[in-house]
Amino acid sequence: MTWQEKARVQTAQEMDRSLRRMAHEIVERNKGLDGVVLVGIQRRGVPLAERIAKLLEKFEGVLPPQGKLDITLYRDDLSLRYPQPLLRGTDVPFDLSGRKVVLVDDVLYTGRTVRAALDALMDLGRPASVQLAVLVDRGHRELPIHADYVGKNLPTSQAEVVEVRVAEIDGADEIWICEKVEEQA
Amino acid sequence: MSWMHRHLLDVDALSRPEMELLLDQAVHMEDLLDRPIKKVPALRGKLVVNLFFEPSTRTRVSFELAEKFLGADVVNWAASGSSTSKGETLRDTAWTLEAMGADAVVVRHGMPGVPWYLREKLRKASVFNAGDGAHAHPTQALLDVYTVWKHCNRSLDGLRVAIVGDVLHSRVVRSDVQAFRLLGAEVVLAGPRTLMPLETDALGAVYEPDPVKAVEGADVVYLLRIQKERALEGLYPTDDEYHRRWGADEELMARAKKGAFVMHPGPINRGVEIASAVADGPNSLILDQVRSGVAVRMALLYLCMGGMEA
Repeated sequence: MTWQEKARVQTAQEMDRSLRRMAHEIVERNKGLDGVVLVGIQRRGVPLAERIAKLLEKFEGVLPPQGKLDITLYRDDLSLRYPQPLLRGTDVPFDLSGRKVVLVDDVLYTGRTVRAALDALMDLGRPASVQLAVLVDRGHRELPIHADYVGKNLPTSQAEVVEVRVAEIDGADEIWICEKVEEQA
Repeated sequence: MSWMHRHLLDVDALSRPEMELLLDQAVHMEDLLDRPIKKVPALRGKLVVNLFFEPSTRTRVSFELAEKFLGADVVNWAASGSSTSKGETLRDTAWTLEAMGADAVVVRHGMPGVPWYLREKLRKASVFNAGDGAHAHPTQALLDVYTVWKHCNRSLDGLRVAIVGDVLHSRVVRSDVQAFRLLGAEVVLAGPRTLMPLETDALGAVYEPDPVKAVEGADVVYLLRIQKERALEGLYPTDDEYHRRWGADEELMARAKKGAFVMHPGPINRGVEIASAVADGPNSLILDQVRSGVAVRMALLYLCMGGMEA
């Protein structure tokens, strides 16, 4: 079984516009950037958090601190997976206590990754608050979790996957909906 | 590249890319050791039994910490005072552990081959060799190469490692030679002829009778523990004489490369195989090895203990 591109949902320019709007919303909601830090969830949340941070610097003149969060050891499906997913590392080089943490990820789907991220975050410190920013919310939540900042709401079927591609990792900025194709015998 | 092993019995089961993957994962595990909360839920609900038929403090504690930091439930099964002293066979012990629901067994035994036997008898539990006789001690080797790899910009290619001491009775040396060579280092063995196996070539290392020549130009000088009862067996005359001829003091270390690392699997005998000035000196990695051991064992347990049957 392979995945085949079905439709492109966002181009690089559209993605950039979404990120800009999300950055403005972060400033608006937090009444500035006082105490705001960005934490990207490995893997594609990391470059997205960096980009939002740069946009925030452009708009407000302050570059908020950024960290990387690896949620692998907190996943709830480790005992269902073989081989084990590999660690990419957590790097949050500042104290989270009292900060307003904006968690950044590419796609919000079941909510299980965010659940794991919240546990991972709480083991690192005690933030004043945690907000969630995602580039795509594709629905089908399995846990009571919602995003505070959404780039694009995208109704999908569970047979599809949403692929966010970022220049830093994939060579281009694009969002695609892909679907399963049964291989010919 | 993904990790497909469920057990670790000996270093030779691993390819170079697999070993490098494990070392890379250990780096992330070591990060955890610096946090106020070191415990993660990766092995929550898994039961690990530490089955030690020989006394061991550091290896057992290191495994135990690794298991606990990963959130596993841990049972320490020591041979003394257990059913073994009442005559239970190893096979029955294995089945008993499995009946109790062990997901992994970490075994140390005086007889070589016991971990292989257990793997055969256990239906589903992972088996980790924590030292079998004078045969193998793979996790010690992994933590040793990891410690050097970390300090040498993640590459052991072309390094010269001199291992000095009681090679004959050492399970550490067999695994270490394999691990260092797999990652591209060259290994020289030194020590009294009476403490050297006849076929050092079969280990894949060169025997150099003169300790000064052995450490000449070495990047790493690795001292093996001298068990004092060997003197009583007549294998070397006295501790003092051993120290003068084979012990690592500042004079011997001066023959190695400038800044050469000093390592030892512990526990150390000060004034026998190693002088205090060397053990406590700026190039000693001995305590770093201890810390690395926890990280490497965490990486190994994590990678091997996936829940799905392969």
